[in-house]
Amino acid sequence: MNASGQRARSARRAVFTLAVAAALYELMARSGLFPAALVPTVPTVASTLTAMLLDGTMLRHAAYTIYRLLSGLGLAIAVGLPLGILMGRFRAVEHFFLPLVSVLMPIPSLAWVPVFILWFGIGNTTTILIVFYAATFPMLLNAWTGVRSVNPLWLRAAGAMGARGQVLFWKVIIPGASPFIITGLRQAVLRAWIAVVGAEIIAASAWGLGWVIYDAKEFLNADVMLASLAVIGGIGFLFERLVLGSVERATILRWGMVQTAKS
Amino acid sequence: MRDDVPPAAAHAPASSGAPAELWASVPWRAVARTVFPFVVVGGLWEVVARSGIFPPRLFPPLEEVAETFVRLTAAGILPHHAFETVVRLMAGFGMGAVVGVALGIIMGRSRRAEDIFLPLVSIGAPIPGLAYAPLFLLWFGLGNVGAVILVGFVSAFPIILNSWTGVKAVKEIWIRAAQVMGANDRRLFRQVILPGALPYILTGLRLGLAQAWRILVAVEMLAAVPWGLGWMIFGAREFLNTDVMLAGIVVIGAIGLALEKLVFQRLEQFTVVRWGMITS
Repeated sequence: MNASGQRARSARRAVFTLAVAAALYELMARSGLFPAALVPTVPTVASTLTAMLLDGTMLRHAAYTIYRLLSGLGLAIAVGLPLGILMGRFRAVEHFFLPLVSVLMPIPSLAWVPVFILWFGIGNTTTILIVFYAATFPMLLNAWTGVRSVNPLWLRAAGAMGARGQVLFWKVIIPGASPFIITGLRQAVLRAWIAVVGAEIIAASAWGLGWVIYDAKEFLNADVMLASLAVIGGIGFLFERLVLGSVERATILRWGMVQTAKS
Repeated sequence: MRDDVPPAAAHAPASSGAPAELWASVPWRAVARTVFPFVVVGGLWEVVARSGIFPPRLFPPLEEVAETFVRLTAAGILPHHAFETVVRLMAGFGMGAVVGVALGIIMGRSRRAEDIFLPLVSIGAPIPGLAYAPLFLLWFGLGNVGAVILVGFVSAFPIILNSWTGVKAVKEIWIRAAQVMGANDRRLFRQVILPGALPYILTGLRLGLAQAWRILVAVEMLAAVPWGLGWMIFGAREFLNTDVMLAGIVVIGAIGLALEKLVFQRLEQFTVVRWGMITS
């Protein structure tokens, strides 16, 4: 079987699996074993989702969440990436920051939420800072590892060909470290996404996808919860596929740093 | 570019007897280097705390945090919270690990299983674990059951994905070489595929444990469990007990660090590093 036939079969099977899973869920929901408020049927969830999308509330929730996500992530990249590179290049910087990072990193970002609420109040500041805290460490550690793990042979070869300072940094070290940096970015996005929803759930604000899920729990609106989960999953999936995938294609795949996974 | 001699590795546990010799063998320079950043940050904290910019209730000086830490530890409150949290973590992560590794390996070996499970996993994985929390609490009730199931569920995703990738990443040539040398399916699995996939599986377990830990602390804040570190810091917020919260965060960080350093680095040393799959 050729590759496209293989892919078509995988796609068919994927659709089939999802249909079966949905049917099983529907059966469970309609069986009456569980209260209808807790296990709403698929059409109920779909109509709730459509209604929320049409009257714009869902879009507003999503916009708030994405705003917080991107602000925190931007801060994390602005701090984590340069610091990681500096740590990889200079011993003194590494000696100063590595112990601090090793101590702060194992603390889950969401553990800071209660403290940050006291310090900064409920709202955007707290959520953005939690996202920043969550996303900085993967960025920083990967940049640091990446810079250190540039093949010494390349450095020596470039050095022998007369590359120094700036040129060495931009032409050898940064491309060489790029697979790690991209990995770091990926992990940072993932962490940030987890942190933003979590922070919204705990530090309830009034808007945001995390908040709407938690708020729906109070009123036993399982359909709202599932609809919001679908939106959260959709955004996460799109971000992963479109944004990170295209960044990867434009950089490390084009430079031949990693092979495309054979499937 | 840089000399890569690890500073601590030079000190092998020498045949010391006298305490003086032991004293001399402590790598003072390395210790000082590690302590220095903490002294700087601690000093800054102290200056800010004492300057009165923030109310001391919200930004307590370090000795107050230390005092609270000692008081709560001596009273047995902090250990009790920590114990309950760790038990929950182990129960949830254990479930997630068993299911995740098994499912991941099956998906890696069988095309059919991959086609069936991959869509479900790819839909579930990008949703942040805590987003499931309200739903799980609604379905399984407040308290332990919901929290533990959520932790297991969430930690299973990275484990599944990494085990699956690991099995698929085993070099085709190793498999063919083993088959040519007459390995049957069982031996192929135990002696080629499993060791080959192990670095990925361990990475998955590591990520799963880290994820489980992060989710657990947060879900304890929501699940209204009577004991648990997450609950302790969340509860302390009501009374503006910032010192209690910071003491709790110290314990959370210490447990996280211990999980990483003591459990996984050890495991990695004994397996994949020893087999030469990766260099430490």
